[in-house]
Amino acid sequence: MTGLSLTEKVMIGTALLGGMSGVIGSFAVLRGRALVGDMLAHAALPGVCLAFLIMGSKNMLGLSLGALASGLLAIALVTMIVRWTRTKEDAAIGIVLSTFFGAGVVLLSVIQKPGVGGSKAGLNSYLFGEPGNMLTGDLLLLAGVALIVLLTVGLLFKEFKIVCFDTDFAQSQGWPTLRLDLVMMASLAVVTIVGLPIVGVILMTAMIILPPATARFWTNRLHVMLLLAGLFGIAAALLGTRFGRGLPTGAAIVLTAASFFLLSLLFAPQRGIVARLVAEYRLRKRIAREHLLRSLYELSESQLPQLAKLELKTIRDYRYWRALKNLLQDAAEAGEIVRSGETAQLTPLGLRRAAKLTKAHRLWEMYMMQHVGIASDHVDRDADDVEHLLPEGLLIELEQQLATEGRLPDVVEEVPHSPHKIGAE
Amino acid sequence: MTNDEIIRGHSSLRFVIFLPSLTVGARRFFICHSGVSGMSSIAFEIHDMTVAYQRRPVLWDIDLTIPEGNLVGIVGPNGAGKTTLIKAALGLVPLASGKVEIYGKSYSEQRHLVGYVPQRESVDWDFPVTVRDVVLMGTYGRLGWFRRPGKAEREIAEQCLEQVGMSAFANRQIRQLSGGQQQRVFLARALAQDAQLYFLDEPFAGVDAATESAIIELLHTLRSSGKTVLVVHHDLQTVREYFDHVILLNMRLVACGPVDTTFSNENLQQTYGGRLTILDEAAEAMRQRDGQ
Repeated sequence: MTGLSLTEKVMIGTALLGGMSGVIGSFAVLRGRALVGDMLAHAALPGVCLAFLIMGSKNMLGLSLGALASGLLAIALVTMIVRWTRTKEDAAIGIVLSTFFGAGVVLLSVIQKPGVGGSKAGLNSYLFGEPGNMLTGDLLLLAGVALIVLLTVGLLFKEFKIVCFDTDFAQSQGWPTLRLDLVMMASLAVVTIVGLPIVGVILMTAMIILPPATARFWTNRLHVMLLLAGLFGIAAALLGTRFGRGLPTGAAIVLTAASFFLLSLLFAPQRGIVARLVAEYRLRKRIAREHLLRSLYELSESQLPQLAKLELKTIRDYRYWRALKNLLQDAAEAGEIVRSGETAQLTPLGLRRAAKLTKAHRLWEMYMMQHVGIASDHVDRDADDVEHLLPEGLLIELEQQLATEGRLPDVVEEVPHSPHKIGAE
Repeated sequence: MTNDEIIRGHSSLRFVIFLPSLTVGARRFFICHSGVSGMSSIAFEIHDMTVAYQRRPVLWDIDLTIPEGNLVGIVGPNGAGKTTLIKAALGLVPLASGKVEIYGKSYSEQRHLVGYVPQRESVDWDFPVTVRDVVLMGTYGRLGWFRRPGKAEREIAEQCLEQVGMSAFANRQIRQLSGGQQQRVFLARALAQDAQLYFLDEPFAGVDAATESAIIELLHTLRSSGKTVLVVHHDLQTVREYFDHVILLNMRLVACGPVDTTFSNENLQQTYGGRLTILDEAAEAMRQRDGQ
């Protein structure tokens, strides 16, 4: 261990910190307690300074205990303010956090005066973080804390999960929710405090919030989220230290973690912005195409089984279209219609698809008029809204239901008559 | 020994006998009632209970008794303390005075006999869990500290999902469900608790008609296997149809008893303090005329 170079120590230390703050931070974020880490980090400063003044040296364990004490005092104060006054929790956190931090900065300036002997004590690292100060002993402390936190989470995974998801339900089953919450918050506090001298007050909050928030984009399972958050934390630490040479290490780590977040926010499947935009675009396009096919069916209906050549003007007047030309183009490419000059005509393939869509639409209308009690002049639009979003299975169920009620034509392939008058809206 | 005590003794004895079989029991999951016909015991009882939030009383001096095997509606205006009544019964809010008994003993002794469906809005539906995960939580109480749900628990969860018609959704994240489906998941979780006495907080709020009737059907199944179900309910129109007992509540207990005798206009007016609308009264009058 002593054979490690400083860079290696820094990488291992920050990776340990990144991993455990990702894991414990996940519970804090899901529990809506992300700012508790922020408060602990800020409120730790006066404790660190007082511990230094009392001890006269910068023993990391001693300073950490000082930090823990003032952090816990801050939490107690917030709890009391919320309980006994009408101040809301976020305001109370803001008040306590800034007061403690202000007191810390004042104490720090006292310590750094010549004669007190603190100017070289490195207490500044609690503000901005200085991983370069890491000693082998610090590394062992980090490893010990990481081990304890991971063991705790491993053992109490199920208990933490149910308390975070549904506290009342958990309590009704007899789980000591308050104590479990305390264990969770205590783990968060310990991680925050050992992390402070490495990444500093403000960046410590980021280490607790960013990796879990990033992980949430990629999974819908809690255990996977914990794992990913840990990995993102570690990766941010390693990449940040490796490529951030010459930059403040803590800041480089946090910026790396933030870039993970940004990439996930944009590109994660399902929850990412791009994926959502694409899904929305596809849905809109599909709906427009289905409207086109159904309109063409309805316009050709009177002449079936002959496939009518429809004037574009007739189609355009039939309902409101956004970009009709493109729609027709797409349908033509899919072989659903043939276009010649200013007319369009369903192909046999197009007719089959259009008939199926129209049938589904009318089944829905019937269902809604009968069972939901929607007036016939409203039913068309509502069916429009609903039918595109429904799974096929439900449609079959609907069909069977209407069939048993004798409302479906005998030939199931046949499209039932519209339950309302068809025409331009 | 009073007659009452004999009955209670009998009922607790019965649980000792059939509970172990439940955790294993696959098929027998809900046909576990073996009550002696003609004898009914007290499932739920409240004595002189007062509940206060920050010194402001929310429930005053409540006394009520619910015999086993009933479907009970808890009815009253907003702020009447319906949810508080349930939470007090479950030990989620402290009692200022009085006591609650589940099959003759305190809640902390009998919580394994109790299932709970909280209000749907009470949780974050974006939480990273699947439908199956949520239902499995119903088994956590039995599992105890540190033990993870295993094959037996997953089987129970599967059956409960089937009972509420949600098997196909087991792997869905819970946000990707409709309100009615979410309510069914909560119900499945309570079923997985394998309880004798169920408390449901507004299970019909914001659910579709199909879900509402599915829930009611399920509650009837529970009742016919000897379970007792208490339901916070808002729709006065359906009280007669759905429940056989009713608790009328407005900070104090207005009335409690069989729907036929208790759910009267007079009691309703007392409960709603004249807030019962003309429409409600008209509907009630029509129903009475139709019933006769």
